[in-house]
Amino acid sequence: MSRLVIASIGPASSVQDGGRHGAQRYGLTVSGAMDRLSLAAANTLVGNEPFAAVVEIGPFGASFTARDGAVRVAISGAPRNADIAGSPVAMDTSVTLKDGETLTLGFARGGAFTYLAIEGGIKGEQVFGSLAVNARAGLGSPYPRPLQAGDEFAVDAASGAPDLRIELPKPSSGPIRVLLGPQDDEFDDANKALFLDSEWKISATSDRMGYRLEGPAIKHLHGHNIVSDGTVNGSIQVPGNGAPIALMMDRGTSGGYPKIATVITADVGRLAQTSAGTAFRFKAVSMAEAQDEAKKFAQLIRNLPDRLRSADTVALNIEALSDANVAGYAVSAVDAGTWQVAAEP
Amino acid sequence: MSATLPPPRLLPSGDSAVTVEFSRTIDDDANQRVLALDKALAASPIDGITESVPTYRSLLVHYDPGKIGFDALGEKLLALASQPLPPATRARRWRIPVAYGGEHGIDLEDVAKTLNTTPDDIVARHVAGDYKVAMIGFTPGWSYLSGLDKSLQMSRRQNPRLLTPAGTISIGGIQAGIQCLAAPSGWHLLGRTPVRTYQLHRNPTFLTEPGDRVTFFAIDHKTFEEQDRAAEAGEIIAEQVAA
Repeated sequence: MSRLVIASIGPASSVQDGGRHGAQRYGLTVSGAMDRLSLAAANTLVGNEPFAAVVEIGPFGASFTARDGAVRVAISGAPRNADIAGSPVAMDTSVTLKDGETLTLGFARGGAFTYLAIEGGIKGEQVFGSLAVNARAGLGSPYPRPLQAGDEFAVDAASGAPDLRIELPKPSSGPIRVLLGPQDDEFDDANKALFLDSEWKISATSDRMGYRLEGPAIKHLHGHNIVSDGTVNGSIQVPGNGAPIALMMDRGTSGGYPKIATVITADVGRLAQTSAGTAFRFKAVSMAEAQDEAKKFAQLIRNLPDRLRSADTVALNIEALSDANVAGYAVSAVDAGTWQVAAEP
Repeated sequence: MSATLPPPRLLPSGDSAVTVEFSRTIDDDANQRVLALDKALAASPIDGITESVPTYRSLLVHYDPGKIGFDALGEKLLALASQPLPPATRARRWRIPVAYGGEHGIDLEDVAKTLNTTPDDIVARHVAGDYKVAMIGFTPGWSYLSGLDKSLQMSRRQNPRLLTPAGTISIGGIQAGIQCLAAPSGWHLLGRTPVRTYQLHRNPTFLTEPGDRVTFFAIDHKTFEEQDRAAEAGEIIAEQVAA
């Protein structure tokens, strides 16, 4: 057994996984990673199941030290500078920390959450099939609360497997897609149009329960009180002040404000990774398109192992390359510097 | 209830859940249909459904769109919802002890003043009620009860409290509640129960189920302290009786 010790970590960091399902009928929310694709990518890099428990790191920096042996980890999600003793570590790669070495991550450069997966996973006591932290309900293991400096994980000794990188599709910078409803009939056409045609920003007071949206006030047809009904990840409810809130993984399981729209499954992680203050728009799609995207998203996660590459090979990101060339940039396949910049969101 | 039940509305809640809405208002008949559909789904599961969440007026059905599409699922749900309600089965009934007033029920006196009566009379009306768990939601174990005496129905507080204690027994609008964890609330706090409707390392973890019947009885504050310690140690405390 090795140990991975948290030398430093910022707020809004906790153990998360694929979430806690089956007890929403008792008021127990799902929790789980805010960005499931990055969760799955980090896990895939170290050979874990895609929805195994990882460290979800909030927007601030963090550092992790291997003790009593080597520890193999991987990082994916919001991009940051990362290094081991000054030697850079790329996002979307696995790396082996020798005994005593420290992986240091800087602030998120765009996005909010970065995922640190540990080979062999995090050991803990599952409740409803999950180690995810739900601080309100006192759930989460090994620490039922946000992580702090000094916390540590008992982990498998590094296998010595060669380090890998994973080629993920270029993140879309398009609008966040929504399905209208379930209570879009609580709003008139003008206010639905106002919601869909306006520019929105995520408020700095947002958290894992909900993202508060800053933009025009959305007015209800019949007032803001409805009889409480069930919520999902990505429900966009409009309270009395007209400022919508997108409900995220630590949401209440029921809510009493009209929900104008719901973020499609494939875009919930993208919304989660939208930095506070960044302007974005919503776009309504059909049920057929939303379900098609949900299936493609599930397939992308299932097939992540096909996207693993040796860390030694030249990082030739064909999708980024072709996107960049289509967009009219002159980029070179052999000079990563020309397209890596273009690939930044 | 009439033989021809109006079909519920199917409201998309994103691409992986559908709200089966029986009513827009709090309505006991609608809640009965919600719980009947929930039971019917448990008895004959539809492939692709991952979880269902009953509320006062609707059943939220989570599903995997990779296994079943919205239209196919909707048809099956409407077919199930159109079946006549099963004859009422004997519900479980819980007798829940409550320490009313004082530090445990800081709004009892105000409620009595507002309704022009005495705190003892409010308690008498609250314990006389025959309640049903209509839904559990918001935070773990928070049981929303229907069946509040009409004379106790009053609007919620103007200023919701940011934190109310674990075990709070409260009323708000036409609803009554058993709250398990400390949480924000705009309801009027009548008392506290030592009973945990949610306790992690206890079997069962969740005590109440939608459809359960509930009655309350008063205990003194000393009994509360004793039972609170026993509940913390894992005792259920609530008495289960045949309905």
